[in-house]
Amino acid sequence: MGRQLKFEIFRYNPEKEGDVPRMQEYTLDETPNMTLFIALNRLREEQDPSLIFDFCCRAGICGACAMVINGRPGLACQTKTKDQPGHLILHPLPVFKLVGDLSVDTGVWFREMYAKTESWVHTNKVFDPTQEEERMDNEVAEQIYELERCIECGCCISACGTARLRDDFMGAAALNRIARFVVDPRDQRTDEQYFEVIGNDNGIFGCMGLLACEDVCPKGLPLQNQLGFLRRKMGITAMKNIFRKK
Amino acid sequence: MQTYYSDLLVIGAGLAGERVACEAAQNGFKATCLSIVPARRSHSSAAQGGMQAALGNCAKGEGDGPDVHFIDTVKGSDWGCDQEVARLFADAAPIEMRRLAAWGVPWNRVVPGQSFYFKGGEKFEKYEKEENEGLITARSFGGTAKWRTCYTSDGTGHAVMCTMDNRCAELGIDVFDKKEAIALIHDGETCMGAVVRCLRTGQLEVFLAKATAICTGGFGRIYKATTNAVICDGGGHILAHETGVVPIGNPESIQFHPTGIVPTDILVTEGCRGDGGTLLDVNEERFMHIYEPEKAELASRDVVSRRMTEHMRAGKGVKSPYGEHLWLDIRHLGDKHISTKLREVDEICHHFLGVDPRVELIPVRPTQHYTMAGIRTNKDGAAYGLKGLYSAGEAACWDMHGFNRLGGNSLAETVVAGGIIGAKIVEFLKGYETKFDTAAINAEVKRQQERIHDVIHGRNGKLNVYKVRGEMQDALMKGCFVFRNKEGLEECVATLQSTLEKARKVGLVSDGAGPNHELAAALKIEGQVRLALCIAQAALMRTESRGSHNREDFPERNDAEWLNRTLAYWPVGADMPDLKYEDTTPLFELPPGDRGYGGGKIIPADEKYVKERTIKSPVTEIGKKK
Repeated sequence: MGRQLKFEIFRYNPEKEGDVPRMQEYTLDETPNMTLFIALNRLREEQDPSLIFDFCCRAGICGACAMVINGRPGLACQTKTKDQPGHLILHPLPVFKLVGDLSVDTGVWFREMYAKTESWVHTNKVFDPTQEEERMDNEVAEQIYELERCIECGCCISACGTARLRDDFMGAAALNRIARFVVDPRDQRTDEQYFEVIGNDNGIFGCMGLLACEDVCPKGLPLQNQLGFLRRKMGITAMKNIFRKK
Repeated sequence: MQTYYSDLLVIGAGLAGERVACEAAQNGFKATCLSIVPARRSHSSAAQGGMQAALGNCAKGEGDGPDVHFIDTVKGSDWGCDQEVARLFADAAPIEMRRLAAWGVPWNRVVPGQSFYFKGGEKFEKYEKEENEGLITARSFGGTAKWRTCYTSDGTGHAVMCTMDNRCAELGIDVFDKKEAIALIHDGETCMGAVVRCLRTGQLEVFLAKATAICTGGFGRIYKATTNAVICDGGGHILAHETGVVPIGNPESIQFHPTGIVPTDILVTEGCRGDGGTLLDVNEERFMHIYEPEKAELASRDVVSRRMTEHMRAGKGVKSPYGEHLWLDIRHLGDKHISTKLREVDEICHHFLGVDPRVELIPVRPTQHYTMAGIRTNKDGAAYGLKGLYSAGEAACWDMHGFNRLGGNSLAETVVAGGIIGAKIVEFLKGYETKFDTAAINAEVKRQQERIHDVIHGRNGKLNVYKVRGEMQDALMKGCFVFRNKEGLEECVATLQSTLEKARKVGLVSDGAGPNHELAAALKIEGQVRLALCIAQAALMRTESRGSHNREDFPERNDAEWLNRTLAYWPVGADMPDLKYEDTTPLFELPPGDRGYGGGKIIPADEKYVKERTIKSPVTEIGKKK
């Protein structure tokens, strides 16, 4: 027989009149290969149907179920209970707006980020369906894909010291997004144009270099490398600007 | 009440939905997308393999073209598809892949020179031509004559989804997440939009539009064991079906995959068996060779699923808290092979099972995977029964998959169908003005408010929605899974009829306040049981075996009687579906024949019937040669 797990879960439903934020306890018998996906669904279906949390793919691909698990942001679906102590404390991700209990609003945050970074290929070429595709080096294609693997779970943002201090910091996910377009030869934006977007304290110069973003990224993205890459590039752009103005 | 207007309302913001919306927006129409989750979390993003399109750029794809793709698709469907639709699809797919490249998809590209690949455990070499360097390349997939599957490493769905969502942002399309449509607004003839529940606040809202497209993916979640995301619960199908005038096409046509892991039913790739993995039973003994002496573990998806089910029925399954399963053994492949060729499997085992496949067995069982069934549309994507209602992608039975879809054709269908149907919607919108019937809108909103009130206050009963859902899922697993027979299906129908009664008496345990999940589940449970009943009843009636539909008591494919498509209507207030049938395809480019795999006897169709409908096509010649 497995352990009896004790869950301590943050509860607050802002849509419910008079509700106050609190921690609530539940117990559950552990079964083999149990993940937090299984455990939380069992809690909701068998004990407390008012529990609010998000799951979607339950396979570590979509990023819906990020939460703070015993103090560390991570994906609930790929957290096995056997790797955790018998007492599990679950909180919603900070920084993002709370929807209820363990669910936060990552959707609106990321949509605003797309708008800020103009997250699409900027080109004046028009697609011609009668033509062969434009050629691309396979290595470049793979490089772009490596940066596009972000699942927008929000772990990096909620683990970020700067994002916790200031609302307007774009965070690792946004900088990684910019890097994706910088390496894409199809995007015709210049370094000066990227500088307009991220060459300030909300962007590339706000990072304190605490490295938590990369530590908690469930996809193991090289977030700090990208940040360094962009900071160097933007630094050079800034220098050029200074000399140009003279 | 918040009311939104647009020219096109798209319910579901996965690849199909966003592609449809892009087409409308590019042509100057206002498109709005609704999604339960942020668009990039859609199940489209989980597809790893790739998209089939006959570009013919890579060495093993030489000589490929839309004709060959068309033939593979029709054979794959076991002649259950609409051949006009399969043709539209095969012709448009290469253009659509190039369009995606222009929009930003980082497709893998041809690298010239010598390289190696594995087939059946053997090593082969190939040479890519210098002149094709940098063109979109392709990989091999089951059931195809050529290497045709375009891909981006192991994350095609994710990469294409990112690009499509970026395109939506660029075009200024409103994509609202955490919004769930709970009913269509219609007057029995024309669709006007939907009543929507906000999953942030729990409030109802109204979205009105000249055209509405349902692109909500499959409904695997009505089965207990499914590879589908938790959002693939049939919500979109239920909206259309409960109008009483829109049919579900071929509900009995559901695809199963042999190796979903237990407990969470995440898929591990067919490559495990392809590379030499074996299936073991409770005694850790091999069994596939007993049933399939020649191919053993390497028989087709459907065959392996069938044999595994048979073996568990014979009492050889492994008991677990999550039900019975079997073992997949890849230990003998060794560390090097597992950590390179099967890296993804290794990661899944590590993250979700805590199992090291080098020294431990992987628990697996056959699992629901794909619904060829869906909202029946014509070749323009227009739903039967309601003007202004469209559907695309897995949600639809546009019907290029018939009774079995090929790997790589589903992900390709999302964007190809999205483009074709999007263009048809634009044509519709250009010539269309409408008036919104305020009485119909108010009546529908009121009806939904009452439903919610009744469920919250237990007015109809106090049955637990999760228990009722479990009963439905168990009934389908038992009677309507990989194998079907008369007795099992009759029992399944009877059980589901009583489940339907219970679904109507569900009441909440919680108070249903705000973004409450129990309420969302309760609002769709009756519709889900109706879908389940359509599957069971249609499967009971179809006395043949075709593609994924396997009747133990009718093992032959019967073209003489069953070369048709089931249309399952649910008249308002009825307790059982009303089944009608229509011809599978208006014409044959490829007359019914042997698929070339899977075996099985065929009872041929009437020669005159086939001859009258067969048209001249380049395919008839290519088809004969093969």
